[in-house]
Parts: sequence; structure tokens; C-alpha cells
Amino acid sequence: MNLLEFLTPSAEVCRRTGPHDKIVYSSRVRLARNLPEVPFPGHGKKADRVRVYDQLLPAIQSVPAMGGALGESLERLTPSDKQLLVERHLISREHAAKGAGSGFVLNREESLCVMVNEEDHLRMQALRPGLQLREAWEAIDAFDTALQERVQFAFSPQYGYLTACPTNLGTGIRVSAMLHLPGLVLSEQVSQIIQAVNKLGLAVRGLYGEGTEALGNIFQVSNQMTLGESENEIVERINKVLQQVIEHEENARAMLLEKKARVVFNHVGRAFGILSHAHTISSKETMNLLSRLRLGVDLGILPPAARPSVDELLLLTQPAHLQALFTKGEKLSAEERDSTRADVLRERLRSMDRPAHAGFGARSTPGPDPIP
Amino acid sequence: MVCQICKQKDATVHLTQIVEDEMKKLDLCESCAKQKGVNDPTGFSLAELLLGAGGGEAEVPVEAKASGAVAEPKCARCGMTQTEFKKNGRMGCSDCYGTFSDSLEGLLKGMHKGTAHRGKIPASLRTTLDQKATLDLLSARLQAAIASEDFEQAARVRDEIKAIKSAA
Repeated sequence: MNLLEFLTPSAEVCRRTGPHDKIVYSSRVRLARNLPEVPFPGHGKKADRVRVYDQLLPAIQSVPAMGGALGESLERLTPSDKQLLVERHLISREHAAKGAGSGFVLNREESLCVMVNEEDHLRMQALRPGLQLREAWEAIDAFDTALQERVQFAFSPQYGYLTACPTNLGTGIRVSAMLHLPGLVLSEQVSQIIQAVNKLGLAVRGLYGEGTEALGNIFQVSNQMTLGESENEIVERINKVLQQVIEHEENARAMLLEKKARVVFNHVGRAFGILSHAHTISSKETMNLLSRLRLGVDLGILPPAARPSVDELLLLTQPAHLQALFTKGEKLSAEERDSTRADVLRERLRSMDRPAHAGFGARSTPGPDPIP
Repeated sequence: MVCQICKQKDATVHLTQIVEDEMKKLDLCESCAKQKGVNDPTGFSLAELLLGAGGGEAEVPVEAKASGAVAEPKCARCGMTQTEFKKNGRMGCSDCYGTFSDSLEGLLKGMHKGTAHRGKIPASLRTTLDQKATLDLLSARLQAAIASEDFEQAARVRDEIKAIKSAA
């Protein structure tokens, strides 16, 4: 099976738009569900997991929303294919480590993805570009309802949907959004915001979820509590918090441009310089510099048309994508990857307009002239 | 004094916690303490959990004190024991929630907004034998919503109850 042929081309993925997508990359709502009377994946034997997988896969694929979906067992995927799915945020890193008895079903639009036998028998998620938590919840709620006509899930009137970890008990819902917050990072306000968000019972994590770094100024905000509140209440609460974070980020950007224009232009200009002239570059440095280009687009220092290209580069320069697209799947050493990455960046950025120059005149000039 | 987890380095971090009127002490070296995230006393819970997760085999003083003879709760379906549950924080199967319900309430209180489910209910539950349970659940929710003056929620729940009763 060629996974790359199934997946939407990265250029197309990056042209998807949604509300507030300058700051919110994507919204996601995940539900955890389990079968009754069968051990959870982490406790069961391989035979249990295979049985669950064989029962659930056809049921999932028979839901109309999954028409034309790709359903595959993880044992049939190469490590690079699994990594490709992780880089697209379609499966978790934990899930990618699994083999026989675990799998996934992904619809054509890549807006619905179900992991079978991750920590729970089912982890079903709906994804949307930009800030669309309600839409994502409605989509996954409908999918769950349709699936419940085919499969009965473990449910207790007291505790709700039963999950392997008590932290997911009840609704089994995880509502999250991926945010790009360079303004708050640059103005050193981000830790304050994270603390405030934490106080409201929400978790803030790095790009790839639990325990990961906030590379490229990308943060994931999600709910932690799943019991004692309805799904709608959880979605609305996190929505409200996100609106505020967005507002703070917008203010931070406006403030930077007004008070520290030179710093911002310097940031973007240097990032462009390094990315378009490097001959070897790590994934980490690339992500951090691409974040600055994205900020540059948002602030008008780079043309709006550069946005999808910058977002595409963020995806393309991830290890598995790099390998799959530019070396015909040939396995690369870390050093070779860094060279290939730099080659791709130089090539792609050659056709991009260079960052605008600010018209800083005398020192008293408060900010740049409006950028043409 | 040596670290109770690695049993090699000197213990420099000393921890005392009172859990249900029982004092528990833990002596750790700096690297084990860091690894377990013991830098703020509110960030983690039972000393037992720590020791369990540390893989520090048997003879841990804290556990030695427990009356070893009494059979601990064990899930009849999947064989999960209470110790195992405390060790890795995961249930073995859906039946475990019944088996370990006694120790669950406290855990859930610290973890969640409440200890009763207020979200989506499977449609199948409404039409089968469990209908009474569903109605009980919904009327409890209705009372809670009225008590907290959340009339929007109350109206929603009332409509749900009506729908179930009229379908019956």
C-alpha cells in the first residue's frame, strides 16, 4: 500500500483555511470509547487486541462518513509511513509505536481519523482547519452516534463512557486546538498566558502532544477534565479561553509592530536569510525560523501568497515527509536529512518575494511606514 | 541513608506525607526525585504511587507495613489487582470500574469537575432495559441544574425526559 498516494498532497493541505487561521492552525475533538467485557488494549493479550480490531474495523468503515476511507493495520506500515501520519497529526506517537492488533481508519478528506487499540479500543477524532471546535465536536458526535448503531460501548450511568485511564472517564472527550503564538513568545508573555490557561483547568503542550517541546512557537491547548461536565460545556469553555488567547496574541503582535518594529523586521529578515541560504539545517531550527516567516506573512512583511508555501515547508521539512518526497523513501542519516532539508528550503524560497524593508528613518520614527 | 528507589545514591530529598491519618516517609536521591517530578509537594500524590512506579521491587518499608495477608480486590473479569491499578494508573477492563469503585471516588474528585457523568448517553440505553436507570440519571441532572439555576440545561434535560417517556 502506498500511504503517500492516499494522503492529500501537502500543498493542498496547507491551502485549507478556517476562522482565525492566522493564529489557530487546527481544531480537534477526540472521543475515547471501549468495548465492554474485553480487556483494554494495554492490559489485554495480543489475541484480544486482534479480535477487537477485526470486529471494529468493518464497523467503522461501514459508517457512511467513512466512505472511501483507508483502514489499515499498523503492522502493515513501515516506520516511515507511521511517522508520516504522526507528522500530519493523524495518529499519536504512542500509536505509531504499535503493531499487530492496532490500526487506524482515515477518511478521504483527512477530517476524520479513528485509532483502533491505542490506549483505548477506540480513539476517534475530527479535525478542522482554524478555530472550529464546535464543528469538530458536531462531526465526531454524529460519527459516534452512527457507530453506536453498530457497536455497543462500555458505559455506566454513573461514570459515563469507561476508559482505560480514569483521566478520560465520562465523556471521553479531548478538545484541543493548535496555536501559533510567536507574538506572545517574542514579547515574553507566553508563560503568563500558559499559567492563566492552566488555572482554568486546561493543559498547554508542545507540537506533538504530551511531553513535547513548543517548537516553532506552536502550542496545543486542551481540556483535562472529562467527567462532571457535558461535552457542550467543555467545548464552550475552551472556546471562550481560546478567544482570549487569540486576542492576547493579536495585541502582542500589534504592540511589537508598533513599539519594536525593528526587532520584528530583523527577526523575519534574518529567518528568511538563513532559510534561503543554509546548506545544512536541523528540523528544530527550521521550525523556529519558519514560525518567524509565518509571523512575517501575518504582519505584511511577506506577501499573503507566501502563507501556504510557508505552511507547506513546515510539513515538508519534517523527517518522514522529507524522506518520502525527496529521496524516494530511501532512508537518510540525520546529517543527510539536514542537507536535503536545506536544499529543499533554498529551492522553494528562491521563488518567494523577499521580506519588505521597513522605512525606519530617524531614530524617532515610531514604526515602519505602511508596507506596500 | 540511601535512596529508596535506586538504592545506590545518598538520599538528599526527604518527603513526609500524611495519607488517611498515616504518616508515610520517602527518602530519595536528587536524580530519582527529579525523575519523579518531586519538586513541588502539590504536584504528585501518594508516596505509594511513587514507589510503585519506581520499580523498587518488594521490601519497601511502606508496603511492608500493610497487612499482607488480606486479599486485595481483584477484577473477576480481567484479573487486574488494586496494586497493579495504583502502579500504572490504568484500568484493566470496563468491569474494573465496578471492582475498584471504593478507591475511585477520591481519585476522580481530584481529577475532574464532578464524579457523575453529565454528557452524552448512548441511544441504545434509552430504549432497552436500562431505561429506568437513564430516567433516574436524567432526573438527578434536572435537580442539579435547577439547584444551580442553570435553566437552559434544565430545559434541555426536561425535554430529554419527555422524549423518553413518550417513546415508552
